[in-house]
Amino acid sequence: MGIVEAGQDAPEFSLQTADAGAPFTRAALLGATTVLVFYPFAFSPVCTDQLSLYDELRADFAAQGATLLGVSCDAHYSQSAFKRQLGIAMPQLSDFEPKGATCRAFGVLHPDGFPQRALVLIDGAGVVRWSHQAASPGELPGANLIFDALARL
Amino acid sequence: MRGAGIELIVYGDYECPFCAALELRLREAAVRLCFRHFPVGSSHPRAQAAARAAEAAARQGAFWRMHDALFADQGRLEDPHLWARARELGLDLERFDADRRSPAVGARVRGDFRGGVRAGVVTTPTVFVAGTAHAGRASMQLELPRRI
Repeated sequence: MGIVEAGQDAPEFSLQTADAGAPFTRAALLGATTVLVFYPFAFSPVCTDQLSLYDELRADFAAQGATLLGVSCDAHYSQSAFKRQLGIAMPQLSDFEPKGATCRAFGVLHPDGFPQRALVLIDGAGVVRWSHQAASPGELPGANLIFDALARL
Repeated sequence: MRGAGIELIVYGDYECPFCAALELRLREAAVRLCFRHFPVGSSHPRAQAAARAAEAAARQGAFWRMHDALFADQGRLEDPHLWARARELGLDLERFDADRRSPAVGARVRGDFRGGVRAGVVTTPTVFVAGTAHAGRASMQLELPRRI
């Protein structure tokens, strides 16, 4: 199974949030435009550039009505430390346990057990409107791809 | 723009060491350089301030001198260091300070950044030669004609 495609319903899933409170599930996507930013590993070099760049554009994304949420298989503690170190505001969601279950549901689990570098745009009805997987985890998807997808909504 | 030769557009920031290294190469090359600001705050906290300083200097006809002065000492990009550079360049300091904090200069820097984003820039430096982007390491490995 490849990455979920435009027109498909976002699958059911459960991710852990930074405060380890109530899980973030598909229901939380409803009523908002969300981009799930799947990235391989906290603290790895390309991931650092990617999240920093998207974070710099936070206001521009908000002006388009979209919220970006980072997703990796790191524990929420690691993600919080990563977020603090980068000095970014993007909320992080943890696909730690069962490891990669959400990634698998979205079709973005790399065979080696970590998230592909992928973007999934989901509308307020929980429908996938656009998705993109980088040709390799080392490649950083430009923010322009997200803006182009938002413009087509 | 400055220089003569093949046209390059470079997206960079003054706190990025790779951009500084690229600058040294570009000075030896026969290129016509257009520099655009691409400051990512969380990676380079002083990049925005440095970009604004360069654009403020531009308003007093000193863009490239400030640009070179910023790259020459990347470890010194705090406000007192920016003022010192403006002083050394003989700029009107009050005007420099007002301009660098102005919405107009902020918009200029933001415009460069957004243009870069639209063009798919994700990292610094990114060099455009004849419409093709060379990002990061690839930009350092570009073959450039030498200045005679």
